[in-house]
Amino acid sequence: MVEKNNNRNYMKIEFLSKSSNEAFARVVVAAFASQLDPTIEELSDIKTAVSEAVTNAIIHGYEYGEGMVVVEATIVDNRLDIIVEDFGKGIEDISKAMEPFYTSKPDLERSGMGFTVMETFMDKLEVESTVNKGTRVKMSKIFKSLSRKE
Amino acid sequence: MQLTTEIKKDYLIVKLKGELDHHTSEEARKKIDEHYFNNNLLNIILDLRELSFMDSSGIGLIMGRYKNCTNRNGEISIVSTNTYVNRMLKMSGLLKLVKIYDSIEEAIRG
Repeated sequence: MVEKNNNRNYMKIEFLSKSSNEAFARVVVAAFASQLDPTIEELSDIKTAVSEAVTNAIIHGYEYGEGMVVVEATIVDNRLDIIVEDFGKGIEDISKAMEPFYTSKPDLERSGMGFTVMETFMDKLEVESTVNKGTRVKMSKIFKSLSRKE
Repeated sequence: MQLTTEIKKDYLIVKLKGELDHHTSEEARKKIDEHYFNNNLLNIILDLRELSFMDSSGIGLIMGRYKNCTNRNGEISIVSTNTYVNRMLKMSGLLKLVKIYDSIEEAIRG
């Protein structure tokens, strides 16, 4: 047990890498974030960012195979940290994967915008990946609605 | 997500309602292409006004339909009044290729 911090909250979900779970994941994180009293725009930002990260895990991490996706969210004061993790094939060249419009699967009509969307809608984005081990996407967002009130 | 289609002259009008993500975009793509090619149409109008969510999968869907229309010398246009959808469209650079209208009538008028 760590020391109790009343301004900290945490959640974790784990689900099968099925595309029908993309909506589930983003709605869960949005519901968790609702205690930060977000604006509609802030909610839409995190829903979109979570959707992008989970979609990446399903399409690229597991290449439509079956695996588990873990989504964690932590609230510290007015900041929300989100981790989306898969245990799939990993990314060989992260900086290339993060280039706008780059996609390793052009035949699937992917726009290559996933990481760009995450970067734009969140305040911070970090990607850690090991080939054949998996990928961990860490994103943070400061909720201005709450800080404005203080 | 709900998808309804309507044909007016050589236009395929597609109305999307609900959430457009990777999961729902695959089915949308199949349905749109089926209607477009089976009816030998030229242009597509995508009505996104009733979307409550769209991620970059929506951009992929539009880009793919843009290619199909361009290959037939047709045009694709978008009807959208949703701030969040418009923000995503703007970010993707799609607005350089595709025009956005406030209503279907305007989109047909061009």
